Amino acid sequence: MDIHEYQAKEVLGNFGVAVPDGALAYSPEQATYRARELGGDRWVVKAQIHAGGRGKAGGVKVCESDVEIQEATEGMFGQKMVTHQTGPEGKGIYRVYVEAAVPIDREIYLGFVLDRSSQRVMIVASAEGGMEIEEISAEKPDSIVRAIVEPAVGLREFQCRQLAFKLGIAPALVQQMVRTLQGCYRAFTELDVTMVEINPLVITSDNRVIALDAKMTFDDNALFRHPHVAELRDKSQEDPRESRAADRGLSYVGLDGNIGCIVNGAGLAMATMDTIKLAGGEPANFLDIGGGATPERVAKAFRLVLSDKNVQAILVNIFAGINRCDWVAEGVVQAMKEVGVEVPVIVRLAGTNVEAGQKILAQSGLPIIRAATLNEAAERAVGAWQNDLAQGTKLGVAS
Amino acid sequence: MSILLDRDTKVIVQGITGKMARFHTKDMLQYGTKVVGGVVPGKGGDTVEGVPVFDTVEEAVENTGAEASLVFVPPPFAADGIMEAADAGIQYCVCITDGIPAQDMIRVKRYMYRYPKERRMILTGPNCAGTISPGKAMLGIMPYHIYLPGNVGIVGRSGTLGYEAAAQLKERGIGVSTSVGIGGDPINGSSFRDILERFEQDEDTHIIAMIGEIGGPQEAEAADYIRDHITKPVVAYVAGLTAPKGRTMGHAGAIISAFGESASEKVEILSAAGVTVAENPAVIGATIAKVMEAA
Repeated sequence: MDIHEYQAKEVLGNFGVAVPDGALAYSPEQATYRARELGGDRWVVKAQIHAGGRGKAGGVKVCESDVEIQEATEGMFGQKMVTHQTGPEGKGIYRVYVEAAVPIDREIYLGFVLDRSSQRVMIVASAEGGMEIEEISAEKPDSIVRAIVEPAVGLREFQCRQLAFKLGIAPALVQQMVRTLQGCYRAFTELDVTMVEINPLVITSDNRVIALDAKMTFDDNALFRHPHVAELRDKSQEDPRESRAADRGLSYVGLDGNIGCIVNGAGLAMATMDTIKLAGGEPANFLDIGGGATPERVAKAFRLVLSDKNVQAILVNIFAGINRCDWVAEGVVQAMKEVGVEVPVIVRLAGTNVEAGQKILAQSGLPIIRAATLNEAAERAVGAWQNDLAQGTKLGVAS
Repeated sequence: MSILLDRDTKVIVQGITGKMARFHTKDMLQYGTKVVGGVVPGKGGDTVEGVPVFDTVEEAVENTGAEASLVFVPPPFAADGIMEAADAGIQYCVCITDGIPAQDMIRVKRYMYRYPKERRMILTGPNCAGTISPGKAMLGIMPYHIYLPGNVGIVGRSGTLGYEAAAQLKERGIGVSTSVGIGGDPINGSSFRDILERFEQDEDTHIIAMIGEIGGPQEAEAADYIRDHITKPVVAYVAGLTAPKGRTMGHAGAIISAFGESASEKVEILSAAGVTVAENPAVIGATIAKVMEAA
């Protein structure tokens, strides 16, 4: 789960990481008021969305008066912001964070990640702050310094000092750097974080080490033990279909294609999408309905896939291990009758009770296209979609 | 021989009184697996499917001589259950549980390293379908009827995609020595490399099928190992050709977050290491058959 910058700063601030003074606003008027409360004569207003790249997209503006704040934020509230991380549909701006501007001397990149190779927490830092980590890796890979944390003893001070000196931090500021690093690590482990990114971490001209930006991602699997973190969820930043799916215990990712997929198992779901692509089509989604798929769950899956208006054919691919093909077939039939599916449906069943499942599909009287193998299913799905396009009509349930 | 699991391996099931665990215990017994007990704290003295339940893994091992364990414990307590198995002297543990916090798994792995290598438990999973040595024993939740005994060693992250491969082999009359699920989580017990090493040493395994997916460095690490140490032919498939960057595709570990983690990059890395890559999941079986004929 991702959270907003202002939330991440509050969380990290509680662990001893220094952040600028700031306040949240829900309207331009509130933003100007917040700025007056903060004091000073220079502020930064920042659109709060769950994505990076806001600076280039116009989501971060330096202002020096009420009027400037009013104008800058009027251009943000209610808008969809598109950055290289949001996808073409963008993310809505409903909250703006107002911060007192700080005098920047140097910018550093700082990240904490779960390193899958060492299977430990790794710190990644670079003296080239302000750039994206991908850019740094591509253009200045030698500037990247790393440290891996031994989980039994935690992040040691010497490791922090080592990183600080490698980054060229002045000796007088090393202790502040140690505090920042250890604060991030403690937040990381105590709150089950999977990623912290502070870009940039700045050295101010008055010699302070401050997190100017902050991004945090939490482990969904551990939210049960951090209810106060779970409360930070902002559904306005999520694809509504994906959050609806998650609430129903389905795993769904929306894509740009037009062949909807309903599959059991994450690996098989990805493989099904691949097969569609190889057969000349484009998958509309990833959807894993999991084990023990009841007719109700299959019906929910149909509704979810059909809520994407681009879907022009549906491919159901079930390899029943724990599942039973007859139950899944019943689910498909029930869903098609209840939901009123108007696009071609291709079903491939394999595994436990496959004959019984095929029989149910055949006797249903519904225009279900059956396939025996994965390949055949994908080819039929792509064929049905192309055929449908050529005819310019949609297959009715009754036809 | 087969790897990790044989006809005589004595197995316990942790969390055996749960609905899923009962169902699969019955299945494993039917298949001929020597399930000798179960563990649920506070339920010691009960019986499930005719096997005795103990309060602790230690007690189960003392009373039954169990060597392997299958963990069905719910996510908040699963890490503790795995550590308990490691401490009790279990040699091989399969964890089925999906949804264990990643940092719990970091602690599990660190904990296992406190034991000297010769008595260190091997863990596969979590979030996997388990391990089966067809015709001998099964430690997992797979539909066993799709596996014929034979000489193909299968290692994969996904359960159902592993079934797909096994079924394609069965259609061609090709059997499996052992099939191992290493699971879809970012921090897992054994890597592709760990299992490849065992298949290389196993006389019954003549060819290895490796089924990977997007995310993480393990396929690339396996490619290095294959190039330098594996003499048997390896066939691979990597799922997620159409997966967008930065999105989690069902499995917690299936997310492209760094260079070399996409399906096409992994395919390239594996091909360069001499692995025969099936580009299409529908031809995994046919590709293995072709490589077997050529060998």
